[in-house]
Amino acid sequence: MAEEGASGFQIHPMDQFIVKPLFGGDHIAWYTVTNVTLWMGIAVVAIAALLMLGTRRRAIVPSRSQSVAELLYGFIHNMVEEVTGHDGVKYFPYVMTLFLFILFSNLLGLLPMSFTTTSHVAVTVVLAMMVFLGVTILGFVKNGIGFLGMFWVTSAPLAIRPILAVIEVISYFVRPVSHSIRLAGNLMAGHAVIKVIAGFATLAVASPVVIGAVTAIYALELLVACVQAYVFTILTCVYLRDAVGGAHH
Amino acid sequence: MATEAHDAAATAGAHGAGEAVGMPQLDFSTWPNQIFWLLVTLTAIYLILTRVAIPRIGAVLAERRGTITNDLAAAEDLKQKALEAEAAYNEALATARAEAGKIVAKARADIQAELDVATAKADAEIDAKTAVSEQRIAEIRAGALESVTEVAKDTTKELVAALGGKADAKTVNAAVSARMKG
Repeated sequence: MAEEGASGFQIHPMDQFIVKPLFGGDHIAWYTVTNVTLWMGIAVVAIAALLMLGTRRRAIVPSRSQSVAELLYGFIHNMVEEVTGHDGVKYFPYVMTLFLFILFSNLLGLLPMSFTTTSHVAVTVVLAMMVFLGVTILGFVKNGIGFLGMFWVTSAPLAIRPILAVIEVISYFVRPVSHSIRLAGNLMAGHAVIKVIAGFATLAVASPVVIGAVTAIYALELLVACVQAYVFTILTCVYLRDAVGGAHH
Repeated sequence: MATEAHDAAATAGAHGAGEAVGMPQLDFSTWPNQIFWLLVTLTAIYLILTRVAIPRIGAVLAERRGTITNDLAAAEDLKQKALEAEAAYNEALATARAEAGKIVAKARADIQAELDVATAKADAEIDAKTAVSEQRIAEIRAGALESVTEVAKDTTKELVAALGGKADAKTVNAAVSARMKG
């Protein structure tokens, strides 16, 4: 992304995040087919290929792709069951949807020239708000007004309970913010750093170092892509436990 | 700061696919587009999962668990059968051994009986032969005694005659008989 112009280096690490219409035009309406559409579509196709084509033989002794699909299924299923308890298992499809979307978007975003949908705050905020609103509504539906008991820490001395309640309420409403910014921020920062370092590759002297550095950061980003998908999912499960498991920590 | 970036990004958005000035993430003009396609995508993934993938994988895992359980049960069953077969074999072996022992004892008894019969028969034959022999010996002895008397009488007569006496047959005989009795 670096061009050696008259004014020296021009590194544009943020250009990779621009949302562009796919078929020309300047205006981006809500229905415009953009690179966001393309890469989300690729994610859906990849997920379908793994989970539908990979398991089409329903083998007792699984093929490689079926093993991967079963591994993902088992991993998230166990996570939901362990964190939210037995009552939370019925929300497994929702959690699985979030996890697969984030994981595949993160990994597809690491392909050169690709667009990372999960690096956009718009996307992660919607994901986090879905969890936040879903958990809040579910909590009130399941526990009624007793859901508010979550903010009243009965294990603390009575005198400091009101203070704790204020802190708990604030932390509750900060949840979607941290939930979404963590994911988008991690991915955006990683991708931007790769671009910045890659920009120095036009300097012949620096290029061997740059190649090594980009390779190392790419490996790190691969880890980050998986870890952030995991973190988002397990936090979803933790929040879900508050609604499902009643108002106790 | 945020509004500044927003303005800059909005300008970039207005320029279309130009350079990003500031963060494209904060270009709110693209948010409806992203949110719309995100919801479409999530719906698609959710449908793929609930309609096909989750039931299928769940069924495969359950089936595998069932197969493994069945196989373990079958293995347990076969092991039980093997133990039974071993027990039956041992029993058959013990029976066969007992049978063999019986046969050996019977054979021994038969042989003993035959031997006894043969021995008794041989004894009887020996007894009979002994009796016959004794009788013959007695006969021979009797014959010998008679012959000795005869010879003695004759010898005595000859002796008497040779000594010049006149042998009276009657007297000599009586004398010899008397001596022999004595």
